[in-house]
Amino acid sequence: MSMPAPSRLLFHAVVAAAFALMLAPVVMVMVISVFRQEIVSFPPPGLTLDWYVNAWDRQEFARGFVSSLQVALMATLIGVPTGTAAAYAIARGWLPGKGAVNTLLLSPLAVPGVVAGTALYMFYLRAEFWIDADITATLHGLVAAHVLLTIPWTVRLVSASLAQLDRSAEEAAANLGARPFTVFRRVTLPMMRPGIVAACLFSFIQSFENLELSLLLVGPGRTTLPVAMLSYLEFRIDPTLAAVATVQILLVGGLMLLTDRFVKLSRVV
Amino acid sequence: MGNLVLEALCKRYGSSTAVERVDLEVKQGEMVALLGPSGCGKTTTLRMVAGFIPPSEGRILIGGQDVTRRPAHARDTGMVFQSYALFPHMTVGQNVAFGLEMRKVGRAERDGRVMEALRLVRLDHLADRLPRQLSGGQQQRVALARALVVNPAVFLLDEPLSNLDAKLRGEVRMEIRALQQRLGLTTLIVTHDQEEALTMADRLVVMERGRVRQVGTAEELYENPTDPFVAGFVGRCNLIEGRLEAPGGFRAASGALLHCDVEAAEARPDAALLALRPERIGLQPDAEGGGRVAAVTYLGAQTEYLVEQDGTSLLIIRPTPTLADPLRRLAVGDAVTLSWEAAAARLLPAAT
Repeated sequence: MSMPAPSRLLFHAVVAAAFALMLAPVVMVMVISVFRQEIVSFPPPGLTLDWYVNAWDRQEFARGFVSSLQVALMATLIGVPTGTAAAYAIARGWLPGKGAVNTLLLSPLAVPGVVAGTALYMFYLRAEFWIDADITATLHGLVAAHVLLTIPWTVRLVSASLAQLDRSAEEAAANLGARPFTVFRRVTLPMMRPGIVAACLFSFIQSFENLELSLLLVGPGRTTLPVAMLSYLEFRIDPTLAAVATVQILLVGGLMLLTDRFVKLSRVV
Repeated sequence: MGNLVLEALCKRYGSSTAVERVDLEVKQGEMVALLGPSGCGKTTTLRMVAGFIPPSEGRILIGGQDVTRRPAHARDTGMVFQSYALFPHMTVGQNVAFGLEMRKVGRAERDGRVMEALRLVRLDHLADRLPRQLSGGQQQRVALARALVVNPAVFLLDEPLSNLDAKLRGEVRMEIRALQQRLGLTTLIVTHDQEEALTMADRLVVMERGRVRQVGTAEELYENPTDPFVAGFVGRCNLIEGRLEAPGGFRAASGALLHCDVEAAEARPDAALLALRPERIGLQPDAEGGGRVAAVTYLGAQTEYLVEQDGTSLLIIRPTPTLADPLRRLAVGDAVTLSWEAAAARLLPAAT
């Protein structure tokens, strides 16, 4: 694409401004996390790593981190295979009413998290009464809720990769003597891999940093990291949160870089 | 190895018919081309042979065995796809080995046969590459090797050259034909490119709207088309509507009287079309002549003339005349006389 010099300059300026707008908050959080003063002010009176120490000392963050990790891993392990199977069934068409199924599977993305969380909370209370077991404030209750995040993301990403997949490669495999299941295992599944890896990554991140859906479903002693951060914020404002957020940002960023080594993210998202 | 027989093969989708009663035999070692415009049913026919589309009616026999109801993986056909359809996550060697693996060929023999097949297409030095690291022509040859390594009973080619550039197309065309002849492969190739079909195949099947219009060698189809569609599709042709009049005379709808073979006219009294190849018409500058030059197009080796005669437009193609030839100075508006051998004018029934 060639453009005359002035418009190219403008184009680059707009791109740079967009990047700055998106990255500024992230950078700000990371910068603030090393300010010495409790109330943020410019210029900072000095730099310190005390807030990281404080975050480490406070049990709720470490515990929240671990339970967020647990929830995200489990929700990903359940949601990605389920969503992948669903996307395959929808794309390959031996499913009646697949348009409706597709919409249903994507619909949790359209419902605001707080609304869905509240609805789930009420449903869980009712269900607890019926089955006489705890669901709210338990790990499995939270994981079940987060599967509502991981399935839609998986369906969306895997469907996209299936749509791009060259069906004639599958026909070629059959032509060479592969039975249908062998075709799936040896050709279709490996060709879907970029989409599945992307689905794992996005599912994990969506679950890991989810606040709204989890808000009502966590219990004492079993808080996720975002919820722990919110409760901390209710009583104190100091750069401890920025320190926690920095760790979170680095983790998510590291995951993305890692994934990018296996699948070019720009190709699947 | 064996022959391929299609018996009254049909494919219907609801009320529309994709393929209508195709009968065809491809003999052992023969290469037959299915030729026709897009949507004529040629690809559907090929895919029915491969087992990707179930026929609505009719039978498919490979080496005498009815395979109509057999799934694709049990048919023993080797297909080269238009998009090559290589497995992107496997190396060239693994791609070629796939069919042997499915046939449970042992590793030692497999490796030998893979290298042999790759040598056949001159790619044995690239066995460890991934398909995306190869050029289009190389990918095409991997696809060939992959289909050939399993010694299929029937070799199927679906527009194998359409994704190559013009220069490469000529080379690969020769290469495929040489391989096919050397290995004695029973081959069915689908193409919309008549040059491809004419140069590669032993026999051609011209299809249109799901029907076979004519089957024959390149020469038969060109010299003796029995169908107006074939006359117009294979090579260029002047098709003139009209009816027979007096022995050896064809009255064009525009009024011109054109001469044709007396015996041919007796054999086909219902003729509604006269087919005349542009290069079979002689052209002479003649002030008294009944033709008028409407256009002259210089194409290097050849020159095309459009001549109006009694309201009928005729295309004439001649080798470009030498500078000394008076024909060379022929210009738009000049009067000319046209001539052709009576036998060169083919009589055809009305188009259906």
